[in-house]
Amino acid sequence: MLFWLELLASSLLVMGGLFILIGALGMVKLPDFYTRLHAPTKATTLGIGCILVASMGLHALRSDALTVHELVISLFLFITAPVSAYMVAKGALQRRTPFVENTLNQNLSRDILRRQAPGSQDKHGS
Amino acid sequence: MLKRLFPMPLHSLILVLVWLLLNQFSAGHLVLGILLGIAIPWVAAPLSDPHARVRKPWRATRYLLMVLGDIVVSNFEVAARILRSNRHLRPGLLAVPLDLTGHLPLSVLASTISLTPGTVSVDFSADMKWLYIHALHVDDEAQTIARIKQRYEAPLREIFQC
Amino acid sequence: MLDTVLLMVSVIVGLALVLNSIRLLRGPSTPDRILALDTLYINSIALIVLLGLYFGSDMYFESALLIAMLGFVSTAALAKYLLRGDIIE
Repeated sequence: MLFWLELLASSLLVMGGLFILIGALGMVKLPDFYTRLHAPTKATTLGIGCILVASMGLHALRSDALTVHELVISLFLFITAPVSAYMVAKGALQRRTPFVENTLNQNLSRDILRRQAPGSQDKHGS
Repeated sequence: MLKRLFPMPLHSLILVLVWLLLNQFSAGHLVLGILLGIAIPWVAAPLSDPHARVRKPWRATRYLLMVLGDIVVSNFEVAARILRSNRHLRPGLLAVPLDLTGHLPLSVLASTISLTPGTVSVDFSADMKWLYIHALHVDDEAQTIARIKQRYEAPLREIFQC
Repeated sequence: MLDTVLLMVSVIVGLALVLNSIRLLRGPSTPDRILALDTLYINSIALIVLLGLYFGSDMYFESALLIAMLGFVSTAALAKYLLRGDIIE
């Protein structure tokens, strides 16, 4: 029983570590800022989720008391990750950070900056 | 009277629970947690705006579980895309028309989109009728938008009844 | 067995931290560096939790929690700097 629980925790840990590594790899190799944004918001969040769940299980195993510190941390990260991604993306657009060439609908960024509906004529003239 | 004593009943409950989670459970901490759970909402209640409430808690729970499942699946997808060569990627900006209204439901939708398959929400239009997202890989624009509307927006409209 | 796994995963996370630092140093744009810092703090939480498990001490969680909160606030402040070119107006 104990052996299987440890095995489960270990595989969760390894999976979490691999996800974090893949997220970091994506950060280095993806072509532009906007695609790089996807790596940390998803891969890293799940990676750390795995590690925290494993840590919770191991703690319960060792001390017979269920501590839920890790749950608080992962909840906090899951709530804040999309918020910070949104803020950084918005800031990057304001700064006119370039897109990679083959991005679809790049002209939409003009509408996003003006916060108008897609394709609507701008009133002030360009 | 009860409303004056507990202006935010759900928040009080959550505060007590979190206090007990952060400390070892004991009678003293329970009392302290309850005191904090009553006192903090007194200070915080005047600061909060009126917002849409969750009308269907059961549906909300199911939505939460579905999103958790999607997060796991989407991570495998994104990981596979990262490991393949960059030439296969076709990133794109998309504009999603919104039927959902209200600040809380919209921010829940935007956060969900950021956490799930290859999409990050970037901004809203000023009239809150369009959500702009960036997708890591777009196969079919119309299909991606339809999926978001049907899989995430429809249940949220049901949950918040708006 | 578990200790070996913990050390192994720590090495993997350490490698991820190195990769993030490469992005932090290379840029090329300011948003890229902010993103790298954001990922760096999240990954360091993972490393601290792993070390806490390895050494069997509870103290590490407190610091992980602190880093989680401070990290989010600093990312928010940096994003605000991106948007406005200033943090305090």
